[in-house]
Amino acid sequence: MSAVAAPTAERTVDLALAREHGLTEAEWARLNGFLGRPPTVTELGITSALWSEHCSYKSSKIYLRELPTSGPHVLQGPGENAGVVDIGHGWVAVFKMESHNHPSYIEPYQGAATGVGGILRDVFTMGARPIACMDSLSFGALDAPRMRSLVDGVVRGIGDYGNCVGIPTVGGETRFHPSYDGNILVNAFALGVARRERIFKAKAAGVGNPILYVGSRTGRDGIHGASMASESFDQESEKKKPTVQVGDPFTEKVLLEACLEAMRSSAIVAIQDMGAAGLTSSTFEMAARGGVGIRLDLDRVPLRQPGLSAYEMMLSESQERMVIVARRGREEEVAKVFRRWGLEVVAIGEVTGDRCAEIVHRGVVEASLPIAPLTDDAPVYERPCVEPERLAELQAMPEVPAADDPTAALFSLLATPDLASKEWIYRQYDHTVRTSTVQGPGGDAAVLLLKGTPSGLALAADVNPVYCALDPRSGGAQAVAEAARNLAMVGATPVGLTDCLNFGNPENPEVMWQFRECVRGMAAACRALEVPVVSGNVSLYNETDGRSIHPTPTVAMVGVVENLGNSPVASFVRAGDRIVLLGADRGEFGGSAYLRWLHGVERGRPPAVDLAAEARLGRLVRQASARGLLHTAHDVAEGGLAVALAEATFAAGLGARVRAPLAPTALFSETQARAVVAVAPRHLDALLALAESLGVPADEAGEVGGERLVIEAEGAAIDAPVADLRESWSTALPAALGL
Amino acid sequence: MRCGVVVFPGSNCDHDVYHVLKHVLDQDAIFLWHEDTTLKSCELVVLPGGWSYGDYLRGGAMAALSPVMTAVREHAEKGGLVLGICNGFQVLTESHLLPGALRRNRDLRFECRDVYLRVERDDLPFTHRYRAGQVVRMPIAHGEGNYEHSPAELDRIEAAGQVVFRYVSPAGELDDAWNPNGSARAIAGVVNAGGNVLGLMPHPERCAEEVLGNADGLGLFASVVRGARARLAGAAR
Repeated sequence: MSAVAAPTAERTVDLALAREHGLTEAEWARLNGFLGRPPTVTELGITSALWSEHCSYKSSKIYLRELPTSGPHVLQGPGENAGVVDIGHGWVAVFKMESHNHPSYIEPYQGAATGVGGILRDVFTMGARPIACMDSLSFGALDAPRMRSLVDGVVRGIGDYGNCVGIPTVGGETRFHPSYDGNILVNAFALGVARRERIFKAKAAGVGNPILYVGSRTGRDGIHGASMASESFDQESEKKKPTVQVGDPFTEKVLLEACLEAMRSSAIVAIQDMGAAGLTSSTFEMAARGGVGIRLDLDRVPLRQPGLSAYEMMLSESQERMVIVARRGREEEVAKVFRRWGLEVVAIGEVTGDRCAEIVHRGVVEASLPIAPLTDDAPVYERPCVEPERLAELQAMPEVPAADDPTAALFSLLATPDLASKEWIYRQYDHTVRTSTVQGPGGDAAVLLLKGTPSGLALAADVNPVYCALDPRSGGAQAVAEAARNLAMVGATPVGLTDCLNFGNPENPEVMWQFRECVRGMAAACRALEVPVVSGNVSLYNETDGRSIHPTPTVAMVGVVENLGNSPVASFVRAGDRIVLLGADRGEFGGSAYLRWLHGVERGRPPAVDLAAEARLGRLVRQASARGLLHTAHDVAEGGLAVALAEATFAAGLGARVRAPLAPTALFSETQARAVVAVAPRHLDALLALAESLGVPADEAGEVGGERLVIEAEGAAIDAPVADLRESWSTALPAALGL
Repeated sequence: MRCGVVVFPGSNCDHDVYHVLKHVLDQDAIFLWHEDTTLKSCELVVLPGGWSYGDYLRGGAMAALSPVMTAVREHAEKGGLVLGICNGFQVLTESHLLPGALRRNRDLRFECRDVYLRVERDDLPFTHRYRAGQVVRMPIAHGEGNYEHSPAELDRIEAAGQVVFRYVSPAGELDDAWNPNGSARAIAGVVNAGGNVLGLMPHPERCAEEVLGNADGLGLFASVVRGARARLAGAAR
């Protein structure tokens, strides 16, 4: 498809052009059918955007319905700009995660930057002040073409945007796997807070109410971005650079302040940012939610350069723009606030009662479309699903080579880019602005102070795409379970999650099967752990030259810590503390870091997910934390017990001596539902008693102290100075990046 | 004390400083708008961190020319208290209320982390609650904090006692490995000759409450709002 320029006026609007816009023959017939005539070129452009996978969720919708979306804390589930949950004390948390994968691969700096910008607008458009960002990044192998520059560009893009707007980036995750060599993933999460009664929705209402355009002017950048994000990559992708938007964080910052100030009055009926498919999706979605129509006069749209056609204006994805429905007669009240912040405000149309969109430019009706068939009643597909042919073969458990020198194995694992310290990345992100960061990046979960209350919010982002590739149902469940476990490690109770479902080409039945299975695994875990899904995003067509990425259903979960004073941290803090291992190992190595990074084998069934055991572990750590029993709590994840213990020694440089009644190789097993905790000796009995009463296996295994990490397994031991382990772990990523 | 926190379009630490002055120290704090031409009787004016006007030209360069800075300059010339943090420090050097300039960090990357600072003077309105030689920990978060001046001018401000904070090791020693941005002579903060205008790159407002794990920065604000007036007269050397 020609993604760049609008078709010229001479071009006939026919099936061939519709195909270039990504419509199928059936979709073309459907469009002609409800119009009762062939569409204009502007109408075709609008339809192609609204029916794109990115905007319509046409392949994913039927499975997304299986996710639980309600719960006692949920005030707004999926369907708005962001989800809303009650977090107590009269406050609500507003959050969402969104992908910016395709643009970030084409132009990493702007792609990642505008990903942050877009997700921030989704949050403040709901009336919430953004207080935190996270990012889940999936890169290819570092020696893949362009990969080092992609890493650098993405990190700079996220940093420059978030730092300037002044929202701390408090956590996230970064992985490196060859499955992303030709299609990296940038998933941006933002969370805001608002008073419960001050939430705004994007539901247009009130016939005759003016539609205001605020923010940056409209240019030709990002035209057809939504459609681009709904296609696979090939050799031609470089030509798509002009479909990547350009961000201006300063304008975003003033837009944020102006919007929050303007929303304090009752002059605003509805407000929505112009994200994917710009003016088109913002106005159509607002009208659809409100069951009304819109009339737009495009001659009034502020332009960066003259001469844009109606087609271009409707599809531009220029950044930092919002659409507002104001109360008739009070538009000047709204406009004054935006002007004070140096922003343009123009009335570009009005709400109508006919459930249609009429778009006029230079006196010509360029589009006259019914709203519902393009939005709520857009095509939905139940695409064929087939279990991948090679899966059974991949799941056959390979031989697990013994760790003859477990100390060397630990050093090697800590120096892999996946397990190494990500400080080089997060030091480029402001994570302390807004003075709410109690625990920043680098732990299991970030913790933010909810100012004026004793409570805090905890955030974690997780997924293990290798597990998902080897067993999507189990991998989907594991992503939810691990995020919940990470929240428990800071004493938080989950209140909701948002997801970013990144998959390959949905027209490939094997990919569609992965999608369905991952979603079903997630749904089961959400039910078992009582975490509703309140918002999210689906990114399909993540494939290059026919090769799909690993299924990557990123989960970002939000929890509440009732009383911050008692939260444990992920590292050892006091010599003499007793170390207790929670949960029992089952020697599981399928898809493990040990097999992948040390032996080059990516096979076997991933660790089983025992949701009841996860629920019990979470309950135990939360209760122990609330009673002030724990100094340290750190979950056992990739790399197993050995890596978890090593990570706990780094922050304070405090060593540990631990006895584990396991074979040395089992120190690297990735059995789930496990954690390492440390308690003052006087609390040991209370912790063990609590664990017994809640049915969690708990073994007192050693003591914090000294300058060495010693883990005595059966027949061999890990024994190394903490400083040396730390050196391997902290220098590996910059070294691998060639810095 | 009546304290004004200036809001430039793009300021993003304005609420943080306001919070410390108003809620932690219980002062009469207000926001001042970049277009204001008076300081509304504020005794202390704070220029907060952020990206004033987007900082697309040079950090603080546009803000130095804003209407409110005319009033800030008059206030400073009359001996009034002015504190510039991060971008606010850049605005003060660009306005020539403080000597020197702030260039891009040595590594050309944004740096957000804790640093250790040695307090060089404890006789200023901003520092009398610290001890000279004391080492404090504060967060930095900047891309342009590399303090620069000519060697002769550096000698002059050193001799005049205008260097207030230096990046040091946790033990208080000068060590290039602990200088996060390449600043000349590890300078993290300077004061004017009159002792009433202070600029620093680290963020004392981000470490002024125990709940955040560090309250080392509170001493700076507490110095200003409690007992600063008495020390103003004696501050100039």
